[in-house]
Amino acid sequence: MSFRTAWRKSVNAVMLSLTALCALLAVSLLLFILGYLVWYGGKSLSWAFFTQLPKPVGETGGGMANAIVGSGKLLLLAALVGVPIGFMAGVYLAEFGGPTVAFFIRYTTDLLNGVPSIVMGIFAFTIVVLPMKHFSALAGGLALGVMMIPIAVRSTEEFLRNVPQTLREGAMALGASKWKAVATVVVPAAARGILTGIILDLARVAGETAPLLFTAFGNRFWSSGWNQPTASLPVMIYTYAISPYDDWHRQAWAAGLVLLALVLLTNIGARYLLPKKAHVARG
Amino acid sequence: MNKRRVLDLTLVASIGLLIMGLMTVSGGAPASPVAAPDKMLLNGAGATFPYPIYSKWFSDYNHLHPDIEINYQSIGSGGGIAQLKAGTVDFGASDMPLNDKMVGDFKVKVLHFPTVLGAVVPTYNIPGVTQELNFTADALAGIYLGKITKWNDPAITGPNKGVNLPAQDIVVVHRSEGSGTTFVWTDYLCKVSKDWETSVGRNASVNWPVGLGGKGNEGVTGMVKQQPGAIGYVELIYAIQNNIPYGRVRNSSGSFVKAELSSVTAAAAGVAKSMPEDFRVSITDSPGKAAYPVCSFTYLLVPTKIQDATKAKAIKDFLHWMLSDGQKEAEPLTYARLPKEVVAKELKQISMIE
Amino acid sequence: MSDATMVVAAGGAGSPSRLRAFLRRLRSGDEIAHLITLIFASAIFLITFLLVYELWRNSALSRHRFGLDFLFTRTWDPVFEHFGALPFVFGTVVTSALALLMAIPLGVGAAIFLAELAPSRISDAVTFCIELLAAVPSVIYGLLGIFVLVPILRTTVMPFLKATLGFLPLFQGPIYGVSLFAAGVVLAIMIIPFIISISREVLLAVPAEQREGALALGATKWESTWKVVVPYARVGIMGSILLALARALGETMAVTMVIGNDPKIAASLFAPGYSIAAVIANEFSEATSDLYIHALIELGLVLFLLTIILNGLARLLILATTRKATAHA
Repeated sequence: MSFRTAWRKSVNAVMLSLTALCALLAVSLLLFILGYLVWYGGKSLSWAFFTQLPKPVGETGGGMANAIVGSGKLLLLAALVGVPIGFMAGVYLAEFGGPTVAFFIRYTTDLLNGVPSIVMGIFAFTIVVLPMKHFSALAGGLALGVMMIPIAVRSTEEFLRNVPQTLREGAMALGASKWKAVATVVVPAAARGILTGIILDLARVAGETAPLLFTAFGNRFWSSGWNQPTASLPVMIYTYAISPYDDWHRQAWAAGLVLLALVLLTNIGARYLLPKKAHVARG
Repeated sequence: MNKRRVLDLTLVASIGLLIMGLMTVSGGAPASPVAAPDKMLLNGAGATFPYPIYSKWFSDYNHLHPDIEINYQSIGSGGGIAQLKAGTVDFGASDMPLNDKMVGDFKVKVLHFPTVLGAVVPTYNIPGVTQELNFTADALAGIYLGKITKWNDPAITGPNKGVNLPAQDIVVVHRSEGSGTTFVWTDYLCKVSKDWETSVGRNASVNWPVGLGGKGNEGVTGMVKQQPGAIGYVELIYAIQNNIPYGRVRNSSGSFVKAELSSVTAAAAGVAKSMPEDFRVSITDSPGKAAYPVCSFTYLLVPTKIQDATKAKAIKDFLHWMLSDGQKEAEPLTYARLPKEVVAKELKQISMIE
Repeated sequence: MSDATMVVAAGGAGSPSRLRAFLRRLRSGDEIAHLITLIFASAIFLITFLLVYELWRNSALSRHRFGLDFLFTRTWDPVFEHFGALPFVFGTVVTSALALLMAIPLGVGAAIFLAELAPSRISDAVTFCIELLAAVPSVIYGLLGIFVLVPILRTTVMPFLKATLGFLPLFQGPIYGVSLFAAGVVLAIMIIPFIISISREVLLAVPAEQREGALALGATKWESTWKVVVPYARVGIMGSILLALARALGETMAVTMVIGNDPKIAASLFAPGYSIAAVIANEFSEATSDLYIHALIELGLVLFLLTIILNGLARLLILATTRKATAHA
């Protein structure tokens, strides 16, 4: 073997192992994050965490029950805003859209997707909080809902397009009008994928903090209805993490674990529901 | 029924359950033991300076009156003023009294209600140093101007003979947002340092020459705790609750005074009888041998006209409670009680709220 | 029925007879469905337009007062009401650039491994794990940043860098822990999954003939990958990088928890800094004067513009690669 070949062979071995190392590093990051949160968060999880309200400063104990429910409420509101618009727009783009209008809608959706989350918070503040003259779950839900739209649109459109044309033609051959074919044949065929896409979208939006800072604001008590400020898991994590109190730090870890578990379990679950090789749109 | 069908149905069923669960839960407060007929939620925001006692007050008041929930978010005095101006909260809280320009900016006249007295202390994290340090005005101004950069600078070691100060970089910590505590600190620095007054000035938010920004008194305390070599200015109770050392500051009479109930009360002694009608005063660098030089009243900002009559009544009731029973909770948290002359004046001011 | 005529019909339904004609056309379910979905889709227009309008309107005071100088002024002084975007643009750009510098080699390297070397079961499983990383919320990265990353950086990594590379102004100055450097590291960790995932896809899309051709000519696996496959997919990889960059620019929580929150421009990476998103998050609810609020919103507008441009470029690039791949296939 000449020197040159030996050199090339060793470069080959070295570089390929380096790439393996890179992949290993990336995976170990995930395992590290998970492990750390499970360790620290697990230590501080307790029944009180899930059922009690936050206690005043200086008193240990208390929990984040209102934040958990608050996050749920915000997600429900977000879904009410994001899902109909996203789904219908996706249907439009996949089934009814003509070239020019569809292009503009796709372009605008992309634009909306690029809005930084903090700017979305500003937007919700100016059009909901200021006119209503108070912070509210509604404002927070709106901000999150608008953030959901682009991915809901893209995922709906993709799964609808994946439905084979033969299904549509078969339905129409049997006498169904176009909208009947779409509603009773195409959409149900793509339903699983669309639903999974929406659930993943919700999971993504569940972890958003910035848009909630000046919309849902925060609440030390239960918030009733849509019209009051509400606590949420991500904002609580942030507030407690930057505080100096050790007890609050522990609760922040616990909350982090709960949030991460929810997000990851949703993601993992979604993959099992999806047919293999289907690609779900991400951000 | 094949596996896929089962999966699909489970999915739909769990989503349905989730939605139903959320709808029932969001209708009310499932964990509240008392079936309160008409719960009222008052929203307030502002200063982090008094947050420890406010959070105790609002929690205790809720135990006494389960139908009234006062939700206070400590976002900083600047935030309290801004949100009150925007009308998004029912009351604000600020350590900084509104200046004349700000008063003019408000559409509805706003009343200042002093609640307690507190002290702003220089707290530090110097490896190996657990003693109380003595700080002169020049030292503090120099540190925050970025002119004094190491802990073993003569301006600091001078008044601290006997303490082994290392040659460590000073990490200055200040507030990242609009803060009444910042106002009190910069107000003091303006009075004792011409340099500071001309180059930086006094406000809730200033153009800091150096330093890291922490969010709230909480954030500054957190940063000082985590950062070796750090110095930050925080309300007294934050330093105490978190077991970090804080220094003595030299007052106008030349003595190094530690911030505690007696020295804080002494700072307000001079002003108790001559308190202006609108309660806007500054008590930093006050004369008096035993006075701690960096003290302040902290205020609840309440509009004179409140649209909702039940809300107005609730706020007035709270203010009455705060000025009587509430004051008893101040001292255990090292906030000084209001002088009785001030309380008397405030009780009269409550009637101005409609 | 085409959209143009739908829109015209909807718009032109003025006089009674035309209204009747329009309603008659609507009797068919298809037209109704078309109209309804179009209305929802137009809601997206409305929302985006409203958003841009509100941002523009609510930054008017600041735009008029400072003009283009806003982008180049260093001071951020709420007392004297001098506002300039430069420290925040600096912080945003520097932290994002640092993040890319660290994430690109790691990300592309891992993508190469996953696309070219790993058996497909392992590749799928590992990619799945890495995509989970992309789902981790920003505030959790911030939590780990404050309590894990910053202490590690402060006690081991940064002193090491200072000792070895301290002759560069980049690595001089006091070590706080929270700094532009820390923010860069956190951002790098956050954007790696995007680079890996998209690069892997574009690499997998490279036609087999390219690889086989190189190998047939006697290249080693690495040479075939690095000199043939990667250049072929270069444009798509660039797209993934731009997408990751756009994501990094808008990151708020993780950055504000570790960057130090100091609106200064310093030569050292160890110094604290500030990013656009972080300053808005910290100061927005406290801005007491209208000019202050408008200045913050103007910053938001600047950030939005940056992300629009980057996202647009990224989409074009990724589109170009996939089209090229299908054209050659």
